[in-house]
Amino acid sequence: MQNVTLTIDGRQVTVPEGTTVLNAAKELGIDIPTLCYLPKINEIGACRVCVVEIEGARYLEPSCIYQVRDGMVVKTNSHRVRQARQINTELLLSDHAHDCLVCDRNNNCDLQDLAARLGIREYRFEGVKNEAEIDDSSESIYRDPSKCINCRRCIAVCAEVQGVHALGAAERGFETGIVPAQHRPLADISCVNCGQCTIVCPTGALTEVSHVTKVARALGQKQKHVVVQTAPAVRVSLGEEFGMKPGTNVQGKMVAALRQLGFDGVFDTDFSADLTIMEEGTELINRIQNGGVLPMITSCSPGWIKFIEHNFPDMLPNLSTCKSPQQMFGALAKTYYADKMGIDPKDIYSVSIMPCTAKKFEITRPDMDSSGYQDVDAVLTTRELAKLIKSAGIDLATLPDEEYDDPLGISTGAGVIFGATGGVMEAALRTAYEVITGEELPKLDFEMLRGLKGVKQASVQVGDLTVNVAVAHSLVKARELMEKIQSGEIDDLHFIEIMACLGGCIGGGGQPRSDDPYVRSKRISGIYTADKDMKLRKSHENPAVQQLYKEFLGEPNSHKAHELLHTHYIERER
Amino acid sequence: MSSKLSTDQVQQIAKIIDEYRDQQGSLIPVLHKVQSIFGYLPDEAQKQVAYGLGIPVAEVYGVVTFYTLFNTEPSGQYIIELCMGTACYVKGAVDVQHEIESQLGIAINETTKDGKFTLRFSRCVGACSLAPFMTIGEDVYGRVKQEDVQRILSKYH
Repeated sequence: MQNVTLTIDGRQVTVPEGTTVLNAAKELGIDIPTLCYLPKINEIGACRVCVVEIEGARYLEPSCIYQVRDGMVVKTNSHRVRQARQINTELLLSDHAHDCLVCDRNNNCDLQDLAARLGIREYRFEGVKNEAEIDDSSESIYRDPSKCINCRRCIAVCAEVQGVHALGAAERGFETGIVPAQHRPLADISCVNCGQCTIVCPTGALTEVSHVTKVARALGQKQKHVVVQTAPAVRVSLGEEFGMKPGTNVQGKMVAALRQLGFDGVFDTDFSADLTIMEEGTELINRIQNGGVLPMITSCSPGWIKFIEHNFPDMLPNLSTCKSPQQMFGALAKTYYADKMGIDPKDIYSVSIMPCTAKKFEITRPDMDSSGYQDVDAVLTTRELAKLIKSAGIDLATLPDEEYDDPLGISTGAGVIFGATGGVMEAALRTAYEVITGEELPKLDFEMLRGLKGVKQASVQVGDLTVNVAVAHSLVKARELMEKIQSGEIDDLHFIEIMACLGGCIGGGGQPRSDDPYVRSKRISGIYTADKDMKLRKSHENPAVQQLYKEFLGEPNSHKAHELLHTHYIERER
Repeated sequence: MSSKLSTDQVQQIAKIIDEYRDQQGSLIPVLHKVQSIFGYLPDEAQKQVAYGLGIPVAEVYGVVTFYTLFNTEPSGQYIIELCMGTACYVKGAVDVQHEIESQLGIAINETTKDGKFTLRFSRCVGACSLAPFMTIGEDVYGRVKQEDVQRILSKYH
């Protein structure tokens, strides 16, 4: 590719042909404001916030899609440019709800930041307000279309990254709105609740359904014994909300903060991730040895579960019947733990901290009340936990590290890697190898299953058996893999891991907002470092899990385990 | 609410889709033909078109609602199209609109309870010398005044 030299704001820069003015300016450290732009998936030049002046061109051009030419002279900060940006933004504000103070995105809003950056200090244009109706039908995603600025980022991520196509633009002109397919309630369509739209939405139009208030209320009730579990991926991202570097492991500080918030038992989903491996691994071995349905597919990711239920109902028998770690924990908290502690399960309030919005939907699924009560009562996303900690005035960074409580807080490195793509598979292989062969696994790290490649395949020798496995993350890649299996192009797999979000749970829809691949890879490194630092790194070596089987469940896939820890799936309309 | 299509309707739609399968840009002609079966595009018909052509339902809905020639609601026996081009607007089309609305007890884009009339706006039809201009079914009315409305509508009762 040829290089092109151009002048931006009086400085020369040389970039490859095809580069946009926006990215060329970045090379010079010039930050042109953008709003609708999402690299690669939403480069549509719609919002006109990134306009620049090109010498010789009649109109201002959107720099996010305008390509460089040799000798081009660009001004990114002329009076004309600044005025145009300001007016375009003022027009966006003219029909916007002016309720920043009580908006979920207050102080964390791209539109607000932009208005501040451009120095907008009054509402010059008061137009007809966008009064589109709120859609609170979904258990996971709250839609307030009156705050929507039609940037189409949500449509892009839903279609291009997830292949779900739940959202689209409808109507025309001023009536244009971004709506669920056929303008039906979000809960009634094939939305999988992954929440990626809530990550990329620049305003408060798409947010998670908040459970903060009900958790705070439970914490204030004396008779309630409030327990909490924290998902693997939360510990390497929560710090970002407190100004720490992506991937910083704040596990100990988070545990301390949860205690300060008043949780009576602070536990780890990593524990039930280890348990999942025991159940799922046993299920896999049984399927392989007894001619069961193969390939078996993991069932930890509720976004993926709803996706397969809508799109590949023929493949539901391939799903592992194991509940997700969140739900296994929930079922045990109100049975095993309640027994052990001598607490009436009706007095236990069970909260989970998840990187995921679909987990809020998962707690309402059928079978998720096998304790006789709703197994998990509330789900806070990583973002919501950060809000709760901040509102309590707790300074996360300066808290001394604390340990999880026993016994549901004891875990291994195999549990923590559930948070990254490839992790469930790696954890399963560590255990399957040793259980089947009775020998120690020579090398614990399955490097070929790690990293951000969309679909990863590998063959692993386990005794006499060659186990063929595949790992996919993001639902576009999951769909690709499923289609290849259905067409017979791939026909030798035994076991598949799918995570709905890019990078796995560390890229979940409930995580601190970022679409930056660098942030994803840092969080992944944080996960694998945590694994490396653990004394125990194989699920079957978890003493608390061993004790659980001995005292309560019997053995993996026992009758009792089936009652509490397994589930079934539902065929849904496309 | 989306109601199920009859087997016959499903087959008719399938036939239309088959004619256009694998052709680029076939969505609009297919929707047009499917609309001629129902007089509008029911949700279920849109879905069948979407699945048949391999286009997301949300995108089909976007196209259906973007173009005024597609309807998502059943329309009346007679469609009143009132021109809202600049000339008609200036010459009092809004007064005519309000008169029709009050005579029929419906608002714009609605259909009377008896299923007789649907009222819609049209964009400029180029008959500006006849402003305000409207059509009812195949019939054409020019220089319509507020006081003419009752007489014109009575022809269709």
